Amino acid sequence: MVWPTLRGIYLSFTKFNLLTPPKWTGLDNYVRMVQDPVFWNALKVTVYYVVVNIAVQTAVALVIAVMMQRLTKRTWLRGIVLTPYLVSNVVAALVFLWILDYQLGIGNHVISWLGLDRIAFLSDSTWVIPTIALINVWRHVGYTALLIFAGLQTIPETMYEAARVDGASEITMFRRITVPLLRPIMALVLIITVVGSFQVFDTVAVTTRGGPVDSSRVLQYYIYDMAFGRFQFGYASAMSVALLVILVVITFVQYRLTRAESSDLA
Amino acid sequence: MRRLLAALSAATLLAGCGWGGADAATGPGGNGTIEYWLWDSGQQPGYQKCADAFAAQNPGLKVHISQYGWDVYWSKLTAGFIADTAPDVFTDHLAKFAQFVDLKVLRPLDELGPTSDVQDGDYQQGLAELWKGKDGHRYGTPKDWDTIAIFYNKAALTAAGVDPAQLGNLSWNPRDGGTFEKLVAHLTIDDKGVRGDQPGFDKNHVKQYGLGSDGSGGGGWGQTQWSAFTGSAGWSVTDKNPWGTHFNLDQPAFQTTLSWYFGLVRKGFMPSYEQIGGANPIGPDKEIQSGIAAMGLSGSWMISTFTKLTDAAGKKLDIGIAPTPIGPTGKRASMFNGLADSITTLSKQPENAAKWVKFLSGAQCQDIIGHSGVVFPARPEGTQLAVAYNRDQRKLDVTPFTDQVKEKTTFLFPVTTNAADITALMNPRMDAVYIGSAPVSSLTTLNDQLNKLFEVAQ
Repeated sequence: MVWPTLRGIYLSFTKFNLLTPPKWTGLDNYVRMVQDPVFWNALKVTVYYVVVNIAVQTAVALVIAVMMQRLTKRTWLRGIVLTPYLVSNVVAALVFLWILDYQLGIGNHVISWLGLDRIAFLSDSTWVIPTIALINVWRHVGYTALLIFAGLQTIPETMYEAARVDGASEITMFRRITVPLLRPIMALVLIITVVGSFQVFDTVAVTTRGGPVDSSRVLQYYIYDMAFGRFQFGYASAMSVALLVILVVITFVQYRLTRAESSDLA
Repeated sequence: MRRLLAALSAATLLAGCGWGGADAATGPGGNGTIEYWLWDSGQQPGYQKCADAFAAQNPGLKVHISQYGWDVYWSKLTAGFIADTAPDVFTDHLAKFAQFVDLKVLRPLDELGPTSDVQDGDYQQGLAELWKGKDGHRYGTPKDWDTIAIFYNKAALTAAGVDPAQLGNLSWNPRDGGTFEKLVAHLTIDDKGVRGDQPGFDKNHVKQYGLGSDGSGGGGWGQTQWSAFTGSAGWSVTDKNPWGTHFNLDQPAFQTTLSWYFGLVRKGFMPSYEQIGGANPIGPDKEIQSGIAAMGLSGSWMISTFTKLTDAAGKKLDIGIAPTPIGPTGKRASMFNGLADSITTLSKQPENAAKWVKFLSGAQCQDIIGHSGVVFPARPEGTQLAVAYNRDQRKLDVTPFTDQVKEKTTFLFPVTTNAADITALMNPRMDAVYIGSAPVSSLTTLNDQLNKLFEVAQ
């Protein structure tokens, strides 16, 4: 873990095409990064993706987890929510690429059958990021729900019993008991999912390759293309270091804001 | 929990390593088996015959052919250069080879015994010279060549009352599109059955486009998109070719041509970026097959694909070929491109590899390829065999492709350094013009960016 990281940081100060020896260039790559509009756009696009992806995913996962906890005890039913997670990212992206295809996709057939205009989900700049974000929600929501569900199991059943004796409804119990006591788990879940979400790559590589124009050129894809498409490993390393710094800062801020280290269950 | 986390992170690390490291077993060795890569599955049977003939003539040597689709091909090759799993010999493209020379992964063929005496004059004029690097060394031997023409669906023409012979005399201009645009408009039909040149035509609900689209052309200088138009308007990509020193994307001849070309999309005569599938587009072949387009520009390497097209009922489509239209210069134009075979510096058996390359570029193999009718071999005799095959076996006249060479109306594929950067910069900007989110004049800024690449030596 440590050696690749250090080597990556070293390479970010060089000009390196991977096949001939690296040349030390000092801060050149970082200066270029600050002046590169495509980098800033990639950062913006990535943040937009993370916000849509995490907001929808966390909300839906929480609902699913509570339903698993309160409505059913059947293991197979709880297991079903995890099935999309068993499909690999690339396969999931391919399947949705076909479903959402403008001409041939079954999704657009349904839309045009309903009498509406077809939607270019993956080739229209307004739709592309929400579409990719929701494809990944579909795949990851079960896993996130399972993490939250594990957290729910740590809340003592006696609290719900006491609340029920006091005449509290399911909604009230969710707001007054579940949400506050779940906070440390939610904090952990958010840190894991946000870090993962920032590194979105495969879905973009399969469905849009960063397009149309730059509207889905997320940071990881730009870095990959710079390194393996354009042989500019030095600059790609500099952007990877930037991504690393961003993730460390975000994780730290989340940790502090959500007081993840302390529990209200005392 | 900690052990679980450790196990999880180990698992993710392992998962992360899966990329690119896969095919270590196919790496080259000095065991007499020459690894050879190509991307066109249609050409594999022909080259397998060449490989068998080669093995018969060279006891102790054999050739193992691997085929990967275009996109995967180049990323696998890059990974192969890094991980030492690259093949001995691979099919090379003019858009890529200069970069490989800069990366020092290609062997100069003139320094290897078997390929030291390759003669430029054995091939169609101009093809062999393209594969010489700036340093004067030869890095590829010509295997085939291609030009551009119009493929059309005869049924669509008949339904429109158009005589296919008309297509031989079309002309275009950037003001009103000329007789070419008139035909394209006439072949366009909206969902109510109104043609593009009739009153009441609804450009937002088109059932059949007069002209199919092969994307924005940002990846290969508009080879199968707009190059026939910019070429016949007298425009060239760079000041000289090969090894130009500045780009010409700021010139009016280029920008007015593109403005007219992508204007066909706004008029409803050509499908949009969204309609052909964005980053995963269908080409003119699929568009003609599914009835979305009546005709489309494509390359000679697509002849066999087009002639195999069937309709939904499984019946063969009747496909014809017409030359690219005459432009403002009074002449037609077609890009002239060719593939070659290159030897990697990673090959442990360069002399054996050179024997195979010599065989691939020789008369025997190119005649075999000509007989298979998939592409036009680089040797003139091989080309004649391919023309005859199409005439006799497919009842197809392919002279719209060969006439461009005969009448010297071709221009060569632009060979430049920094090809990967050029593609990365051009693709999004050309897509933006195709989509309509940026004006054609934005290409002047792109031109400045491309010119800057010459200043930064890679």
